[in-house]
Amino acid sequence: MIDVINLQKSFGKLEVLKGINLNVKQKEVVCVIGPSGSGKSTLLRCINLLEMPTSGTIVVNGHEITDPKVDINKVREEVGMVFQRFNLFPHKTSLENVSMAPIKVKGMSKEAATEKAKALLKKVGLSDKEDVYPDSLSGGQQQRVAIARALAMEPKIMLFDEPTSALDPEMVGEVLSVMKDLANEGMTMMVVTHEMGFAREVGDRVVFMDEGLLVEEGLPKEIFDNPQQERTKSFLSKIL
Amino acid sequence: METLVKYYAHISTVMPLLLKGAALTVQITALSVFFGTIIGLGMSLMKISSNKVLRLISTVYVDFIRGTPLLVQILLIYFGIPGVIREITGETFRMAPLMAGVIACSINSGAYVAEIFRSGIQSIDRGQMEAARSLGMTKSQAMTNVILPQAFKRVVPPMGNEFIILLKDSSLLSVIGVHELTRQGQLYIAATFASFPVYLAIAFVYLIMTFSISRLVSYLERRLSISDRRD
Repeated sequence: MIDVINLQKSFGKLEVLKGINLNVKQKEVVCVIGPSGSGKSTLLRCINLLEMPTSGTIVVNGHEITDPKVDINKVREEVGMVFQRFNLFPHKTSLENVSMAPIKVKGMSKEAATEKAKALLKKVGLSDKEDVYPDSLSGGQQQRVAIARALAMEPKIMLFDEPTSALDPEMVGEVLSVMKDLANEGMTMMVVTHEMGFAREVGDRVVFMDEGLLVEEGLPKEIFDNPQQERTKSFLSKIL
Repeated sequence: METLVKYYAHISTVMPLLLKGAALTVQITALSVFFGTIIGLGMSLMKISSNKVLRLISTVYVDFIRGTPLLVQILLIYFGIPGVIREITGETFRMAPLMAGVIACSINSGAYVAEIFRSGIQSIDRGQMEAARSLGMTKSQAMTNVILPQAFKRVVPPMGNEFIILLKDSSLLSVIGVHELTRQGQLYIAATFASFPVYLAIAFVYLIMTFSISRLVSYLERRLSISDRRD
């Protein structure tokens, strides 16, 4: 579903990604871990071109998105993204947040989109918050609305950029459980996270990044219990 | 006491004229804000566009208008443009003072409104654009559905200010003979020499109008903040 080939990204003189190769298969859940500044968020943001790669090739769902001729809006319709800081639209209710993109981008009728949005809010456990504006929701609730909003476009891939990092500890669980349900339904997911418990339990594969390089990848069990690389060992020893 | 009675007599005589002028002042201001908003919105979008030429045009426009006095702009349009047309076509062309006034005020207002909108748009968190784009919206869909509705709310107070400034500055149109509030008073003074009471009355009529606008704006502001109670 996702093929990243020798991806490089620089911000001015700062090299953030120094040649990343990565493959994500259909229905696979890949968790990306690593210290701050290792380039994991940048990698994720390159995959739906929120950042323009400096060089390299990215193929998403059969479209080479690094080809300048590709219609990136079409590709983005198939790739959902969940942000660390939720980025809900504050001038719209939960329901409108979820139904907006299907109406505006897919041209769905308002009735159909609203019905769909209701179903999705129910799925993330927020049926009672349909008419509430984001500012009146807790962080965990906002992030669940954000997940529903991304799902409304029926993406084939979901990208999560540290979805629980901005949450109070007691709200992390509710968001992770929604993500776990998604994984169990067979969604292809790429998750940048600091939640090692989630990576171990839900991840099919764990990727460890440091200083713009993909240092080590493997089954969660292998990475967490028997890391091969020194840098992985030292990172894990600090956080586990 | 005698003086006060005389002043009162002047004020009650001149008041109907002043109110007539005030009505024209409000019309000029409303028209200029309307056209100024259209120009300003366009210019602000040009200023943040990725096209260099559009950015340059808007920068030159805004810098020129904001760096020159409104009075000079009014004179330039009222006297200057007919002159140019005469040079080119050889035919005499006269512009109606009211039309020249509205054009000058609209162009002037457009530059300030452009800056108000630009800063309003840029004050919206970058994540909003990213979220909209990540859902497959084009840049203009994201602008119209996500960014601008939020920016409009934030520009209500500075736009109210702009409205008030323009209302006061429209008094400059008296120099080209537009019969707005100030001009109406001046005509009466020219015949009676009653400067103090009449200019004072003019000032109060302006004050009542500007005060009403600022109350209206704060009411709007409160109405619009329903969906973001934290502000």
